[in-house]
Amino acid sequence: MALGQRLEKTVKGTDLALAGEALSLDRTGALWLPEHRTLVVSDLHLEKGSSFAARSGQFLPPYDTRETLACLHEVIQRLDPACVVALGDSFHDARGPERMEPGDRAMIAALQEGRDWVWIAGNHDAAVSEGVGGRYCETVSLGGLTLRHEPLAGAEAGEIAGHLHPCGKVTMRGRSVRRRCFVGDGHRLVMPAFGAYTGGLNVRDAAFEPLFPKGFTAYLLGDGRVFAIGRTMLGKD
Amino acid sequence: MPAPPDLPPRFSAWFATRGWSPRPHQLELLATVRGGRSALLVAPTGAGKTLAGFLPSLVELSERQGSKDGSKGGKAKGLHTLYVSPLKALAVDIARNLDAPIEGMQLPVTVETRTGDTPAHKRARQIQRPPDILLTTPEQLSLLLAHREAEAFFAGLKTIVLDELHALVTSKRGDLLSLALARVRRLAPEARAIGLSATVREPDELRKYLVSQNPPPSAGEGGPRFSEGRERGAPLPDNAEPAPYPPAPQAPSPAEGRGIPVAPMAELVVVKGGAKPDLHMLEVNRTLPLAGHTAWHSMPAIYDLIRAHRMVLVFVNTRLQAEYTFQELWRLNEDTLPIALHHGSLDATQRRRVEAAMAAGQLRAIVCTATLDLGIDWGDVDLVVNLGAPKGASRIMQRIGRANHRMDEPSKAYLVPGNRFEMLECRAALDAVEEAAQDTPDARLGAPDVLAQHVLGMACADAFDPLELYDEVVSAAPYATLSWEDFEAVVDYVATGGYALRAYERFAKILRGPDGKWRVRDARVAQQYRMNIGTIVESTHIKVRMARSLRSKPGTVLPKGGRTLGEIEEDFAETLTVGDTFLFAGEVLRFEGLAEDECLVTRAGPGTDPAIPSYAGSKFPLSTFLAARVRAIIADPFEWDRLPRQLADYLAQQRRHSVLPGERDLLVETFARAGRHYLNAFPFEGRLAHQTLGMLLTRRLERARLRPLGFAANDYGIAIWCTKDLSERAALSPGFMEALFDEDMLGDDLEAWLDESAMMKRTFRQCAVIAGLIERRFPGQKKTGRQVTISTDLIYDVLRRHQPDHLLLRAARQDAATGLLDVTRLGMMLRRIRGRITHKALDRVSPLSVSVMLEIGRERVYGEGADEILAEAEAELLQEALG
Repeated sequence: MALGQRLEKTVKGTDLALAGEALSLDRTGALWLPEHRTLVVSDLHLEKGSSFAARSGQFLPPYDTRETLACLHEVIQRLDPACVVALGDSFHDARGPERMEPGDRAMIAALQEGRDWVWIAGNHDAAVSEGVGGRYCETVSLGGLTLRHEPLAGAEAGEIAGHLHPCGKVTMRGRSVRRRCFVGDGHRLVMPAFGAYTGGLNVRDAAFEPLFPKGFTAYLLGDGRVFAIGRTMLGKD
Repeated sequence: MPAPPDLPPRFSAWFATRGWSPRPHQLELLATVRGGRSALLVAPTGAGKTLAGFLPSLVELSERQGSKDGSKGGKAKGLHTLYVSPLKALAVDIARNLDAPIEGMQLPVTVETRTGDTPAHKRARQIQRPPDILLTTPEQLSLLLAHREAEAFFAGLKTIVLDELHALVTSKRGDLLSLALARVRRLAPEARAIGLSATVREPDELRKYLVSQNPPPSAGEGGPRFSEGRERGAPLPDNAEPAPYPPAPQAPSPAEGRGIPVAPMAELVVVKGGAKPDLHMLEVNRTLPLAGHTAWHSMPAIYDLIRAHRMVLVFVNTRLQAEYTFQELWRLNEDTLPIALHHGSLDATQRRRVEAAMAAGQLRAIVCTATLDLGIDWGDVDLVVNLGAPKGASRIMQRIGRANHRMDEPSKAYLVPGNRFEMLECRAALDAVEEAAQDTPDARLGAPDVLAQHVLGMACADAFDPLELYDEVVSAAPYATLSWEDFEAVVDYVATGGYALRAYERFAKILRGPDGKWRVRDARVAQQYRMNIGTIVESTHIKVRMARSLRSKPGTVLPKGGRTLGEIEEDFAETLTVGDTFLFAGEVLRFEGLAEDECLVTRAGPGTDPAIPSYAGSKFPLSTFLAARVRAIIADPFEWDRLPRQLADYLAQQRRHSVLPGERDLLVETFARAGRHYLNAFPFEGRLAHQTLGMLLTRRLERARLRPLGFAANDYGIAIWCTKDLSERAALSPGFMEALFDEDMLGDDLEAWLDESAMMKRTFRQCAVIAGLIERRFPGQKKTGRQVTISTDLIYDVLRRHQPDHLLLRAARQDAATGLLDVTRLGMMLRRIRGRITHKALDRVSPLSVSVMLEIGRERVYGEGADEILAEAEAELLQEALG
């Protein structure tokens, strides 16, 4: 415990640099770009719950959208961004916006009020329907950063992507903790999924290998803050 | 009591050829059932219970044949008798046993089994041309009732026999079976139910279970829906105001007030006597440890017992204990006696081999867990050894009954305590067996998740009228107090998930037609129901497979390779790191990694000590009944003469150093040791209730700024350690202990803890599976790379925040009250000790405290939250960076 407290002082928060840009990793899984006053969230998967009802008759609690939006609301209140970028897979499927409750729709409109809002296209919502405000883009460039949904093998330095829903697992003294995480190597950063019903892919999965050939650090979302964990401490599922 | 009739001549003759004469209970049951009444037969093992249960059917079927010869019949032959057993293997075994009377008397009776293993073509044929007697399980019965042909199939049913009823009714399977029975009564109003049971504490609960609690007015019973509720659940005498938890079980019944005073019950047939068991505590000539359950000190004595008997069943409480005991016995096994191992995690083929060898009399001993508790007579067992704490009087009685299946001869058994406290438990159990006292649990309140499954099944069978189905459901004893509103909530849940946010109306699974009846939406929903039937939700298991190591590259293993050894819980596998050793399938194994959904292992080198994993304790908590007896023994020094000397000495030491609590009191000791301040309490209420107590007390101590660091619990007590001086605080503020142990901890503190409790999440997951919210994962079904399923933990978190009164959360709470969290028992304890706390501030650890202190380090420590673990892992990175 004492060691943890000392760490708070030596490792300065969870600020990182990527391609010369300052990044701040928020414990909610959002990414804050202070120089651009831009907030990035990835893989909201709104209306994922209702997609199960539509597809397979499983009636999961239909509250995931408002839960995700409430969490987003909290970060936006705290940081007051000029621009919000949703990094793709914002809706679980293309018909998600149609199924959305009016209250949730109003919530999105309220969050968009007075700020720029960009929906980046993902694989789940490549053909997102209109009616939820904001602009649609394939990628966004901000200074030295490129924001896109799916990380590209051999991408330029400064790529920020989502899509993979990274999770890290730490096992110690018979107990394991599995949490969503950012993954970065100074060259690129893969963001955790932000949605309430989004699961995770272990960062030790083969899918991450080509993206980080020289290894990576995972930044796990703890209850109180973000923890930087080296690859050797991360277990497989 | 009806006058026992004579057996038909054919039967008397057959009995005579076997050298038997019909026993009075067999004749009594025959008369009762033939008189059209349902009955409960309570008998000790070896009393010919099963034959008695089938006798009415066999007699009737033999007569039917007679009338057929006289060409009176003409109606197609239908199912006459349905037999339901909790174990598939038992159903198969009974089918074999019925061969003897049927062939012996040349009865024209057909007997078949229907289990999960029955091939599809045979199932289809059974629906078209049923046998006279069908042997099956509760799950298969539910499936049959959800069949489109159910009405025709069951129409002619005359008898339903429920075997091992005492074991069934205490679980959700019992709830499911009670609902099935209610439906059977409707489809076959003439059918009589016969319950077969071991001796139980409250036979009346089982008698109610067998008959409708809601007899139709035409039956001349006056017709009220049911008697006043509250005779089930936890009937506490001073339970005027319900504890804040669990939430008031059910709304008052609509028919309340006009109830008849006594609930309808089946007739009772009791087999008296049976020889008293020849039961002893195994005394060994050494001092027993204060904690631990392995009973290593008794292994040579147990081995000697095995040598001196024909076949010995060695019962243990956990799978790990089974593994350990098996290893130890083989270490001593100089005579290479055939000693086998049997527990639920072993590969099924391996278990079948052991069972066959046992039946053939090829074994001298079997080390086993609860898997052999029930029913099947596989062999000529002449001694039962129960290793470790008995935990419950009825459980021990059932186990003892496995030795010698002839009721007139005494069963022989030894109880082997693993530590000094278990000696106390063994003494209490010996007394209970001597008095034939029972501690079977109270009757259950039917679970809402099970009802949801049943409602969907009934919609699959045919369109249902909600009022009619409600009447049917409340005729089942566990659901007798279910209110109409709660029933409606279940139907609403089945239809669209039961959410306040009406998001799923257009996807509804069952739809209400203009006629007011509910119908299943389509064949896919019916298919989903069939795939997810049942109430047993296993924690996810993964296969354990031998891996071949690569000789060319030491340290690496081939991902595929050797044989499957069995299955272990996924949770356990997840805590293993490569190189860890553990005991499984009688061997010390080295964990080599997980590949897809298999746990790969190699044999550990000889002499390797296994790192015996997490739960070293017993799986079953100490029963309330035995706990009370243990407290009584401790409180009364005159009782100590009957205890082994070392135990009496130990208690005397405790009295010298601290105090011994009175029978209903709670002893709390505080003292400092090695820079920590301890608070140790001894409620004797079982590990589960103590763990819940520990979680709640640490929260309170934290609020009182006493800085708790962790706690440990066993079946008898709990130890909490803090940074601040507890003795001092108690001295400064009078009433501190009373406030700390106040019942109000079951309010907000409990609620706050439930938010994050892993136990609660596991409980919720089980309810969600049973109620069909999420689909079962079948063995062999692989997880996809990116999980397309949603973790139930996420669902739990979201639902709790947005609709805390949702049906499934209520179901989970109801389970938590008696299950993994044992909140009900904790509540009873807190009421018991109100004003009866004895606090002792000591200057050092007391003898009693030592036992629970020895648990420290075996259990997860409070305060070691996720962030602490992550911080420690982060520190490693820092070390790396600093070189």
